[in-house]
Amino acid sequence: MALTGIQIYKLLPQTNCKECGFPTCLAFAMKLGAKQVELSDCPYVTEEATAQLAESAAPPIRLIELVGEGHQIRVGNETVLFRHEKTFYNRPGLLISIQDTLDETAIEQLAKTVDAYGVDYVGVDLRIDGLAIEATSGDAARFAEAVRAVRRVSDLPLVLVGEDPAVLGAGVELLEGEKPLLIGANARNWDSMAELALQNGAALGATAASLEELAELTEQLRSKGVEDIVLHPGAARMGPTLAMQTQIRRLALKNFRPLGYPTIEFVGGSDDGRQQAVLATQAISKYAGLVVLDAFSPELLYPLLVLRENIYTDPQKPIQVQPALYEINNPTPQDPVLVTTNFSITYFSVANEVEGSGIPAWLLVTDAEGMSVLTAWAAGKFDAESIAKAVKQFDVAARVERHDIVLPGHVAVLSGELEEELPDWNVLVGPREAVDLPAFMKTVLSEGSTVH
Amino acid sequence: MQIEIPKDNWQGSVNTVTLGATPEEGGTRTRTVTIGGQQTLPFLHFEQTPPNRPVIALEITAARPGDWSPVLLDAWGDAIDDPGNWAGACESAGADLIVLSLGLTEADGRSADPESAVRATKSTLGGTGLPLIVLGPGQAELDNDFVIAVADATKGERLVLGLCEDSNYRTIVAAAMANDHLVVGRTPMDVNLAKQLNILITDMGLPLDRIVMDPTTGALGYGIEYGYSVMERLRIAALQGDAMTQLPLLVNPGAEAWKTKEAKVGEGVPDSWGKWEERASNWETVTAVALIEAGADIVVLRHPDSVTRVRNALDELMAVG
Ligand code: B12
Ligand code: SF4
Repeated sequence: MALTGIQIYKLLPQTNCKECGFPTCLAFAMKLGAKQVELSDCPYVTEEATAQLAESAAPPIRLIELVGEGHQIRVGNETVLFRHEKTFYNRPGLLISIQDTLDETAIEQLAKTVDAYGVDYVGVDLRIDGLAIEATSGDAARFAEAVRAVRRVSDLPLVLVGEDPAVLGAGVELLEGEKPLLIGANARNWDSMAELALQNGAALGATAASLEELAELTEQLRSKGVEDIVLHPGAARMGPTLAMQTQIRRLALKNFRPLGYPTIEFVGGSDDGRQQAVLATQAISKYAGLVVLDAFSPELLYPLLVLRENIYTDPQKPIQVQPALYEINNPTPQDPVLVTTNFSITYFSVANEVEGSGIPAWLLVTDAEGMSVLTAWAAGKFDAESIAKAVKQFDVAARVERHDIVLPGHVAVLSGELEEELPDWNVLVGPREAVDLPAFMKTVLSEGSTVH
Repeated sequence: MQIEIPKDNWQGSVNTVTLGATPEEGGTRTRTVTIGGQQTLPFLHFEQTPPNRPVIALEITAARPGDWSPVLLDAWGDAIDDPGNWAGACESAGADLIVLSLGLTEADGRSADPESAVRATKSTLGGTGLPLIVLGPGQAELDNDFVIAVADATKGERLVLGLCEDSNYRTIVAAAMANDHLVVGRTPMDVNLAKQLNILITDMGLPLDRIVMDPTTGALGYGIEYGYSVMERLRIAALQGDAMTQLPLLVNPGAEAWKTKEAKVGEGVPDSWGKWEERASNWETVTAVALIEAGADIVVLRHPDSVTRVRNALDELMAVG
């Protein structure tokens, strides 16, 4: 349980030497209690005090790292219930499960496909984080073969799923130097699972149907020396799962240590594979640390990966790109200038379309404080004046001879004022949506150029 | 181990609002829809059994829409050419209510007018027994003309009329008051703007149990995180007891999701986007379910498959064990 400032103060040297940067030990203790400073800022704490304080300085939700052959997943360390209170920090890992009952080539094929999958979203390469190998066969040799098959083609972090320590053991011992997650321990097998996890440097999942059982189980695991624990709440449907996840997060943030770990949710298993989209949406929005899907399908993964980006962006600062004059498809001075804002989603929607069209163009990105076209316009951050300013700032007239400048269709109202601001330019209004840019560029923009 | 489950004990609750009226109640609907009443954050059964479930609306347009994705046009087929047939198809697809969007032009290309707006509304009411939301074309002056005509022609139906924005709420609210209808107000993603509009609307005398609010949302990948957080903040304010935020929330994941390139475009996109129809449906479903988690009481969708999936999600969320 977390210590209060006063309790911490009792453990400090109480000399008020000020080396920590605070006038008194008490002031420092208060900051430490509020987790605003590091204990190491005081050079004089005793080892004994450090040990006592470490417990209370630990984050309310333990950070768990899973490591494959290179790649890793970090989950936990969250500090709030709602993203608007601060932000969510560590994106939940998205994993695909593989049954060990598949034949080896099928396993290799699936693992390879998952490993290779990547999709670009606003310049970020989104990927699947790991694989969960399920010991459905109940056979140690077969399970080991499955793990070997996966490792031949993929270096992603692994979750090994099964209840028999002997079977999981046959898999985990192949993963030397890695840190997989074992799912895992339950009320019956926890003792031997704990040993297996400790011997192999693995994290351990704790499965139970109620919070009480879950908390008891993690305490048992801790008594055996297991620290890296992932909670696997055993609720079956969305309502009960939401309740358990919410209760776990609330208790953890109140420093209830037995539940201060990230969670894992398995969202497969439904007859209708598409239902996974729905379950995973809740898992990503509401507190899951790891989400395991049981089928690989890009049309499902892409939206889920994007949702995860959206929910886990910092609400305080929109993702932005640098304002500049960007060159797309190697433009010459005879090519047109398109204007947009520096909100990253906006920039990439436009840049991707222009790039895809194969037609060269200059893309002038103004400093709109990271806002979309209409938001920036409504906020007065994207107007004729700011566009003219960007034209000047990035020396556009010197680099481009053809003086055609294209506005986003949504701000057609700006064209009159922009003509006044930029008298030697021909102001054109483009389509409203970026999807329609290639057609516009092929027709309107290639019809003729106005070289000044 | 005994664990004390931390429970919130909120002072406030969301207003209960009933849409539509049956013949006994002065309308023609075969059923009504009641939303709101929550005293907890969404679906926390351990604090309160949700008194009403969120509902699914399907959007139809008065005349065949010019800018909808071919995936949607295929899904609805010929029904699209007649609002009555389309509304009937929506009811069969499992919608709880219908949103009729009035446009600027009629099917034959002529400009829409108040008479055609009334015709489309009547046809929709004839094609379904579900409650109805009617939205003007989105230009303050025309909205006023169309919505007044519709309100007068359907007195007693408890339609929801919109969209009330700060520029045009007066006429729409007055028309709703005179004809026993409800209104929906929309503000751009801001808690204070939402409160302000609600104050303006209630100041005119429309009771709170006849207003829903649309805080605006963005699609998955295109600003959903802002809408999501504004909804969570509005709902928390409501539960804390701020009366001007205690209105049920309506959002448009359908319209937003189907504007995106991911939903609209089938060719010339990366392979990693996956199969088009399925991706498009998922785009809409994921947007809608995320917003339901944030507190939506009405989600407006466009594709019949999304209705099935979102309904499954709601069934699961309403289940206790
Ligand atoms: C998310 C959002 C916000 C977020 C901001 C997110 C951000 N970083 O910009 C927040 C919540 C902060 C916000 C705030 C406000 N918002 Co706002 N917001 C939205 C929302 C929901 C989505 C915007 C978005 O991200 N779109 C996605 C991006 C990619 O679109 P885009 O930049 O327009 O780019 C597309 C096209 O324009 C085109 N394009 C872009 N560049 C170019 C260039 C060329 C050459 C061409 C051809 C095409 C092209 O391609 C892109 C893809 O098709 C919209 C409503 C909606 N659903 O669209 C309202 C909206 C933009 N907001 C609006 C308003 C009024 C505001 C506020 C003023 C409200 C207020 N008073 O507080 C504030 C202003 C900000 C401030 N004062 O700080 C209004 C604007 C109304 C209007 N027509 O003027 C909108 C339209 C909502 C509405 N219907 O009322 N908003
Ligand atoms: S450095 Fe340590 S001993 Fe010195 S004032 Fe700070 S807390 Fe006290």
